[in-house]
Amino acid sequence: MTMPHPLLEIHDLRRHFDMPYSLLDRLLGRSRRTVKAVDGVSISIEKGQTFGLVGESGCGKSTVARLAVGLMPPSSGQIQFDHVDLNLAKRQQLSDLRRRFQMVFQDPYSSMNVRWRIRDIVAEPMRTLKPESSTADIDGRVDELLELVGLSAADKRKYPHEFSGGQRQRISIARALSTNPEFLVCDEPTSALDVSVQSQILNLMKDLQRDFGLTYLFISHNLSVVSHMSDHVGVMYLGRMVEVGPSRRLFSVPRHPYTKLLLETVPELNRIGYDRKPMSGEVPNPINPPKGCSFHPRCPLVTERCRRETPALKPDGAGTQVACHAVEEGRAA
Amino acid sequence: MDTNVLSVENLRIEFPQRRRTLVAVDDVSFDLRRGEVLGVVGESGAGKSLTGAAIIGLLRPPGRIASGKIWIDGKRVDNLGPAEMNKIRGRTVGAIFQDPMTSLNPLLTVGQQLVETIRTHLPLDRAQARARAVSLLAEVGIPAPEQRFLQYPHQFSGGMRQRVVIALALCADPKLIIADEPTTALDVSIQAQIIGLLKRLGKEHGTSVVLVTHDMGVIAETADRVAVMYTGRLAELGKVADVIRSPKHPYTAGLMSSIPAIGQSLDRLHQIDGSMPRLTAIPSGCAFHPRCPHAFERCQRERPDLLDLDGHKVACWLHSESTL
Repeated sequence: MTMPHPLLEIHDLRRHFDMPYSLLDRLLGRSRRTVKAVDGVSISIEKGQTFGLVGESGCGKSTVARLAVGLMPPSSGQIQFDHVDLNLAKRQQLSDLRRRFQMVFQDPYSSMNVRWRIRDIVAEPMRTLKPESSTADIDGRVDELLELVGLSAADKRKYPHEFSGGQRQRISIARALSTNPEFLVCDEPTSALDVSVQSQILNLMKDLQRDFGLTYLFISHNLSVVSHMSDHVGVMYLGRMVEVGPSRRLFSVPRHPYTKLLLETVPELNRIGYDRKPMSGEVPNPINPPKGCSFHPRCPLVTERCRRETPALKPDGAGTQVACHAVEEGRAA
Repeated sequence: MDTNVLSVENLRIEFPQRRRTLVAVDDVSFDLRRGEVLGVVGESGAGKSLTGAAIIGLLRPPGRIASGKIWIDGKRVDNLGPAEMNKIRGRTVGAIFQDPMTSLNPLLTVGQQLVETIRTHLPLDRAQARARAVSLLAEVGIPAPEQRFLQYPHQFSGGMRQRVVIALALCADPKLIIADEPTTALDVSIQAQIIGLLKRLGKEHGTSVVLVTHDMGVIAETADRVAVMYTGRLAELGKVADVIRSPKHPYTAGLMSSIPAIGQSLDRLHQIDGSMPRLTAIPSGCAFHPRCPHAFERCQRERPDLLDLDGHKVACWLHSESTL
């Protein structure tokens, strides 16, 4: 048996943003404030697997996506891609790595130059990351990619506005695949699409994963989509991971009170006329997060310890890791 | 006795263009009883929001009601002028939109906006209006309503702003509320709170709600009946449980099975190939026939009307007796 091979390993990743600090703030003697958008997140993704990241807006999941592909530098922490630390990599090493991972964004239209033809949009990563490719190679590859994602080679002469939302997302997947990457970061790839188109794109992504052994970091606020796509899932709340585990177990036996809240509140088809007991409260402002466990103001199991001490992720003995004092103390069901 | 709060009959909305006229909503009819929540679901461009806008008289030109009738609380409203419609809007029918900031004035406090709306429609003095405003804020679940009354919209979070908009819509105790994607911009835990609030309105105040959304899950939990729209027409209309558990239109059936469910381990989702046609290229016959797995010759030729099968209505030749 071969050891599982993590393609991407993120360890204790942090990204803090400074809030604007004006002259007035200084005169009033206010201290500088930072937003801890990502505050100590660790993720390990094995080759050919999908890691799903869920959480509500502002929890830091998109910042993790941007950090993972190097679109912004982390404040601290390591990102290792195929055992190479992205922060320590030499320039040449980094550009070799760059072709091996790509990103798919939520809104395909705003991630495309609307004045370019589809051929140029799909070929752009090859032109920048593989400058040695000949024009004939590129043209052949563009035809092949468009057919692969369910469009036709003739579409390469068209412009983005001639396509529907779902077709544009197919184009951005073709672009992401152009350098034959092994790893795709997908940030809410179907959130802007209608459900019937969403299922087409999710099926396409699964087919591509099977055919090319792709590894995905799949980010979405939609729990059912993440549940469908992922092998492992991480739940984020205010910049921290509160629960990580195998998808099937996390969704059938959620441990953290926040994961339970999310699963309780997601509207589902089989809950006709369901009378929920909505949990009160909202996600607090990340500029001024609560002390201790940041979920404690909304948590039904809160104790003095939760208000004081930030819980760390601990294995629950059945494959899931949970950051919760109540679970650790055996107070949670 | 007519107990319908809302009746829409053969509504047709057109967008005249230079060379042709686009039909965005065609032959849509439905009724809404007191306290009932009707979900209107469909993909973008299906005409669901336009139908809602036509009911409250907020259709933007060049869009216009080309034919059909709309009654709200027994009064015909589709032929009213802007001044008369203004009186009905807010008084008999309230509106909630996706982005709460489109309904709120950022320069006025929440209290000023509530008091102004209340006094426009109800014969109350300033103090009475203020008391009503505070109790409305409490009713929609805003903590510390006395203090919140004095604050501006930017001091509220997204979920709290949507509650303020619901309070505004409730100012004059309307009989009908048109809610267009009221939870789409909100996170799931907040969405659940707003859905709970909308359901309570129907139960406690007898307010009827037309809930326009693309989210079948929201409809399943909230609505009593659901209307499924496709290319401007009703494809299916029936009780929520019937439409979700035993959809009769192939489009509804495809839509339901293409939604992933939590914990369900499927390798592939069901998919409806293709996409909804644009208004400029609506196919002949049944507009769904090019994507329909059951399409036969008649579907290409003739457009099916809504058939009533014991209260569950469907526009599909598969269910027509003359086909069998």
